[in-house]
Amino acid sequence: MVELRQEPQKLTAFLSGELDHHHAKEIREQIDFAVREQFPPVVVLDFGHVTFMDSSGIGLIMGRSRLTEEYGGRLEIHNPSQQIRKVLRISGADRLAVIRSRVTETPQQEGKEPEHEYAQ
Amino acid sequence: MNTLNELKCTFPARSENESFARTMVCAFAAQLDPTVEQLADLRTAVSEAVTNCIVHAYRNTGIGSITVTVRLLPDSVIYVRIADRGCGIADIEQAMTPLYSSAPAEERAGLGFTVMQSFTDQLTVTSRPERGTTVTMRKKLLNGTDPEAGC
Ligand SMILES: Nc1ncnc2c1ncn2[C@@H]1O[C@H](COP(=O)(O)OP(=O)(O)O)[C@@H](O)[C@H]1O
Ligand SMILES: [Mg+2]
Repeated sequence: MVELRQEPQKLTAFLSGELDHHHAKEIREQIDFAVREQFPPVVVLDFGHVTFMDSSGIGLIMGRSRLTEEYGGRLEIHNPSQQIRKVLRISGADRLAVIRSRVTETPQQEGKEPEHEYAQ
Repeated sequence: MNTLNELKCTFPARSENESFARTMVCAFAAQLDPTVEQLADLRTAVSEAVTNCIVHAYRNTGIGSITVTVRLLPDSVIYVRIADRGCGIADIEQAMTPLYSSAPAEERAGLGFTVMQSFTDQLTVTSRPERGTTVTMRKKLLNGTDPEAGC
């Protein structure tokens, strides 16, 4: 599942549920459609409500990283769970995007600045 | 192999069964009362193997079957075997190389085997072109309520 929020300089994709091969295609199509509409300087994938992710999620991150790179945009990964962070780490995908934790934003409400930032 | 308990299940290679398959294995493994992290590792590894059957062995046709066998072995070891009768793998070494994928256009990351390897204790892959592939994994699950488990 994905909910999108478009701002002038930023596209945020709030992902939820299980990010496996079965769900990845639709998520990818929705994100790419919105990206191609505005080519936002920053694209955020918010994993805050993702309960499970396997390497299909890595494929999604790699593909969006390639897409944003094409037009000079930047990809950010927000709020990955412990399980997701472990998958990111072993795949090296944590080098493709800035990872931020505890970013409190919702599709409806404007969020505050991240309390915590790290690039591994 | 001294099997203490066993579950066997065959289902069609449809992508909506990915979630069901990994959940089934974890439900079986839950009898060992493992830590949350170990159960998550097992869930992820099983998801990779089952997805490979659907995406590669049967090339996303939804036609074909997958058989998952889960066994409880002595010393809290979980054994999982995931077998298909699909296209098989000609070069297993190449297939297991990190980042190698025969389907990069579908945004496969080529990291399925890497995940299986790092999230379990033992991984074996046997395959014959046009006959199918069998993946087996073993993982010792430490008891989550055991203070000595150090979780
Ligand atoms: N069950 C299978 N049947 C046929 N080929 C497989 C199977 N599992 C894996 N493969 C082959 O091994 C390659 C690597 O698998 P994996 O590491 O999971 O990466 P990915 O699925 O992202 O391609 C696949 O691209 C495919 O060519
Ligand atoms: Mg795979």
